[in-house]
Amino acid sequence: MTGKVRSLGSLRNRLALTLIGGAAVLAVLLYFVVRSYAVQIAQQGQDSILRASVTSILDAAVLRDGQLEVDFPYASLAMLGTDSDDRVFYAIYQDDVLVSGYDGLPVAASDSGMVTVTFDGVEVRTTTASRLLAGAQSRTRVTVTVAQTQDLLAVTLSAISRNIALFGAGFFVLVMLLAVLATSSAIGPLARLTTSVARRGPQDLRPVVSPVPSEMVPLVSSLNTLMARLGQSLNRSEDFIAEAAHRVRTPLATVRSHAETTLQRVDREENRQALRSMIRAIDESSRAAGQLLDHAMITFRADHLDQQDIPLAALVENLIMRLGPVADMRDVEFRTALDPDVTLKGDPILLHNALRNVVDNALKYAPRESVIEIDITANPPCVVIRDHGPGFPVDQISNLSDRFTRGRNAEGIIGSGLGLTIAQEVATAHGGQMTLGTHSKGGACVTFSF
Amino acid sequence: MKFLLVEDNQDLADAICVRMQIDGHVVDHAGTILDAMGFAQTGEYDLILLDMMLPDGDGRDFLRDHRGRKRGTPVIVLTARSQVSDRISLLDLGADDYVTKPFDHAELEARCRAVLRRNAGTAQTEKHLGDVGFDPVAGVLTVKGVPINLRNRELRLLEVLFNAPGQIFAKQKLFDRLFSYEEDVSDNAIEVYIGRLRKHLEPSELKITTHRGLGYRLDHDG
Repeated sequence: MTGKVRSLGSLRNRLALTLIGGAAVLAVLLYFVVRSYAVQIAQQGQDSILRASVTSILDAAVLRDGQLEVDFPYASLAMLGTDSDDRVFYAIYQDDVLVSGYDGLPVAASDSGMVTVTFDGVEVRTTTASRLLAGAQSRTRVTVTVAQTQDLLAVTLSAISRNIALFGAGFFVLVMLLAVLATSSAIGPLARLTTSVARRGPQDLRPVVSPVPSEMVPLVSSLNTLMARLGQSLNRSEDFIAEAAHRVRTPLATVRSHAETTLQRVDREENRQALRSMIRAIDESSRAAGQLLDHAMITFRADHLDQQDIPLAALVENLIMRLGPVADMRDVEFRTALDPDVTLKGDPILLHNALRNVVDNALKYAPRESVIEIDITANPPCVVIRDHGPGFPVDQISNLSDRFTRGRNAEGIIGSGLGLTIAQEVATAHGGQMTLGTHSKGGACVTFSF
Repeated sequence: MKFLLVEDNQDLADAICVRMQIDGHVVDHAGTILDAMGFAQTGEYDLILLDMMLPDGDGRDFLRDHRGRKRGTPVIVLTARSQVSDRISLLDLGADDYVTKPFDHAELEARCRAVLRRNAGTAQTEKHLGDVGFDPVAGVLTVKGVPINLRNRELRLLEVLFNAPGQIFAKQKLFDRLFSYEEDVSDNAIEVYIGRLRKHLEPSELKITTHRGLGYRLDHDG
């Protein structure tokens, strides 16, 4: 009755994906922030040299006899020299008339700071400064513009970008590893809990006591409560079945004892027949009730098979001791050949029940003063039970282990039609099979092979 | 044999007592665990028949107490629960055997005999009549010092006759004692067993006589 649990996807995957996705976003963000910061710093470097260059040219300008003279300081251009052969442009204007330098070099509004413009088809960084020169009679305004291409900056930037990208990727990989590690260790206790619950036997309803992370405590404690409730209701229903059986079987036992007593006291044959069939009916109903309960128990236990090492010989010997008195009543003898070393993994209660049903059958159908043979052989483990009764009707062999099916020759013998069903189901649950046959010298022969 | 029956249902207890008295047993009846403990301490019983569900507790408690006192009286449980697991737990608690209600008295008797035989050890249960010794627990007949192992039905038949020598038992009554109710046997089957017993007893002073239309009787020649 295990209902299919709908899965909402893996918690581990979700956690890992969140962590890895977060790491990816962080890595990209890191790349852009660091890069833009690096651009800013590199630009500031260039800008301050440009500013110094402009200032030094402007400082070299003097007004002599009303004539502008610029003793061009070459160092002012040399300081702009780079490894990348960046080109440098300049222009000196006197009252907006070009005195020296490149014509057409864009002049930014004086003292407007640093701008980037296009000149001669390339991007250049440029700055402009001007100064008012005052002579004896005249005043004139000198404006100096210096520009530089940005090749070095581009090279530096690409180097920095590469390094940041590498760094980001490394960061990402590291975080990914950490994410996998973290999710595994977070999911670990959950997986362990699952295994420990799954490995439990069918009757094991003890609470989970092994320590779990605090987030799982509510889940585990409600699991424990659920198991306690389940245990309680199982106990209640067991008590109920016991009580019900007691209520039904006790009066049946009363009736049966009275019927037996009365049978000893009456003489008329009709009365005796009536009493006999009454006793038979009581036996029939109590047997059917018992077998139905057994069958239900077997269906339940076979779903959650107990796994114990069962020595088959001991199991059979115990069974023979239990059934000994019944066999005695019919003067039937057991003859056994039991290999003492054969063991089987399984549920001893189920196997006991299966064998008991078959031996019960053998006892019922065996003629008086006959022998029932039980053999255990190894490789593969086999139990063979053979009686000297009428055997199975050949044409019915294939469906005798169906529920409520009884052999045609079973009339007059009490039975529920469930014994072989139970035996068959137990054999199947243990990965074996039960084969019905008729011995060459007569008699039913039931073989369990595992 | 002397039994202590611990069973709270009065109807069933009466029915069992009457049925067992027919077989010549003596039965004391206790309806509660308390009574049962009193009986068990004062009386000497061959066997205790114990119901599980009692008004003042569980039959298991009685079993535990009984075993705790190291009393050797064997206990056969009368259980209403048929599940194998329950039966196994009963045996673990020290019950010698169990029968599931409703039970066949012949089977109960067979189980009693088996339990007594297991527990008997050296105890002497042999009865004597003339020159014949008969041990119903061991199932041995001794004729002129020679022990004969009886088959179960021979034993049960002889038990009836041996307990009341000189009394005629109807064929039908003997038949009911010997064969369970599901068996399809002819009425003459009883003659087979009478024949066998006669053969066993041939050298002795005992003789089984046929009384036409009435039944059989065990006579003592001595």
